[in-house]
Amino acid sequence: MTCLPSQSGKKLGLVIDLDTCVGCQACVTACKEWNTGGHMAPLTDIDPYGGQVDGVWFNRVHSYEHTTEMGGRTVNFPRSCLHCETPACVTVCPTGASYKRASDGIVLIDEDKCIGCKLCSWACPYGAREFDTDVGVMKKCTLCVDRIYNDNLAEEDRVPACVAACPTSARHFGDLGDPASAVSQLVAERGGVDLMPELGYHPTNKYLPPRAHAKRAASVAAPALEPVRAEGGFLGWVDRMLSN
Amino acid sequence: MHPAFSVVFFTTATGAGYGLLALLGVLGGFQIIPPDFWLGLIGMGLALGLIIAGLLSSAGHLGRPERAWRAFSQWRSSWLSREGVASVITFVPAGLFGIGWVFFGRSGGWVTIAGLLAAIGAVVTVCTTGMIYASLKPIAQWHSRFTLPGYLFFSAMTGSVLLNALLQGFAIGSKTLLAASVLLGLLGWGWKVTTWRYNDRLEIPTNANSATGLAGGTVRSLEWPHTEENYLLKEMGFRIARKHSARLRQITQALAFALPVLLLAAAFALPWPFAAMLSVLAAIAQFAGMLVERWLFFAEAKHTVTLYYGR
Repeated sequence: MTCLPSQSGKKLGLVIDLDTCVGCQACVTACKEWNTGGHMAPLTDIDPYGGQVDGVWFNRVHSYEHTTEMGGRTVNFPRSCLHCETPACVTVCPTGASYKRASDGIVLIDEDKCIGCKLCSWACPYGAREFDTDVGVMKKCTLCVDRIYNDNLAEEDRVPACVAACPTSARHFGDLGDPASAVSQLVAERGGVDLMPELGYHPTNKYLPPRAHAKRAASVAAPALEPVRAEGGFLGWVDRMLSN
Repeated sequence: MHPAFSVVFFTTATGAGYGLLALLGVLGGFQIIPPDFWLGLIGMGLALGLIIAGLLSSAGHLGRPERAWRAFSQWRSSWLSREGVASVITFVPAGLFGIGWVFFGRSGGWVTIAGLLAAIGAVVTVCTTGMIYASLKPIAQWHSRFTLPGYLFFSAMTGSVLLNALLQGFAIGSKTLLAASVLLGLLGWGWKVTTWRYNDRLEIPTNANSATGLAGGTVRSLEWPHTEENYLLKEMGFRIARKHSARLRQITQALAFALPVLLLAAAFALPWPFAAMLSVLAAIAQFAGMLVERWLFFAEAKHTVTLYYGR
């Protein structure tokens, strides 16, 4: 049913730290690797070794130059499904293929019901949904629903593949509906933001803006070395002998 | 937005078809157009033919057309589903009206009721089509108060010009319908020009800053996540050069509005068969012009995902 469920309170999602993301694309490839055999498999590639490469990815990392009065900086920006609280991609779906889970808020697609009308991808302002031209259905991030509840994995591995792969810990996974959770506290502490809040989709995922520039300049040079004072006595004699 | 021909043809054809169906249902049901086998057969055939051709074209746009029946299930939340339901339900009174009015040569009683229900169904279906586009917040040019009335006006306009051509062809044209077609043509023209002017001045609150959550200053795209165009750019990153847009707007105005209005005005003064020839020509020109209008409706619409790509 594409009507939205009444929320249970649990809102699983990601918190992405734009301060520490280095744009290494590890989350992108880890996502592709896991999900091409996962819940929404396959993540089809078209002409992968040719000149017109195309394919389905759930996670894409952009790079931007953010210039303010304080100067400019490069910001690496991972973009994936935000598992919105009011996802229009779900309500526009004519078949019931798109749905939002009442239990944890994850937005999923039932591939067996999808007719490939593409309307959900038009309704998503964030470009989270990508059409698989080979299978003829829409695909999207599952928040690794087949990892996070997977009893066959060690408990520390029950996080989305992108979070597990991140070498700088720029990606955090948790329950954003619980104000006491680590991710909620991180968002509160760092002033996490919604993307395109003016559109009213109420994304669950939050982005932590880069930290402010330090007001003073960084100390670049080490203190100058002081000249060695001439010593008397035995050590002075050793110094003089070695200096000859 | 990518102007897929299947969807451009679908919205144009069903718009004209439902407009014609609504007019035939009302005017035939109330005996303003007397029952006539050949007129009815061609008129209802044209209306239902345009609708069916359009619906089949839209099904061709699907990735998995064999599952299209599932689209009738989510009418509680989805305008696309509502459109599917409304279009299918409308076939019932339209079919009954066609049988009564065309094959039994009757009007009044159940035929009138069926005609009116078909007209209501046609209007509702066109509204649902308009709302599919008007409800999409990421596309500011569609998510506006101009979209839904536009679909209704253009449906009425193309429907009345088709009906006028039909009646003129059977030498039973009416000056009232001619005048109505001219007025609807002028209304559609005015509405389209106003819509373009509104869209050209549109100040969209969503920008690269709010899209990335980076407050203040400027956000410039340094590098895309991929080297080739992906689905997002092919489907939603379609761009049209300003000079082509300006030229196509002129073509739209000439074919869809100016030429039909002039031809129909000339048809006022001319006797049959010249009036009929001009009326048919006006309908053909207008349909071609509306295809260009609908192509532009898609091509000029900008989706927020393009902000991530610095477009």
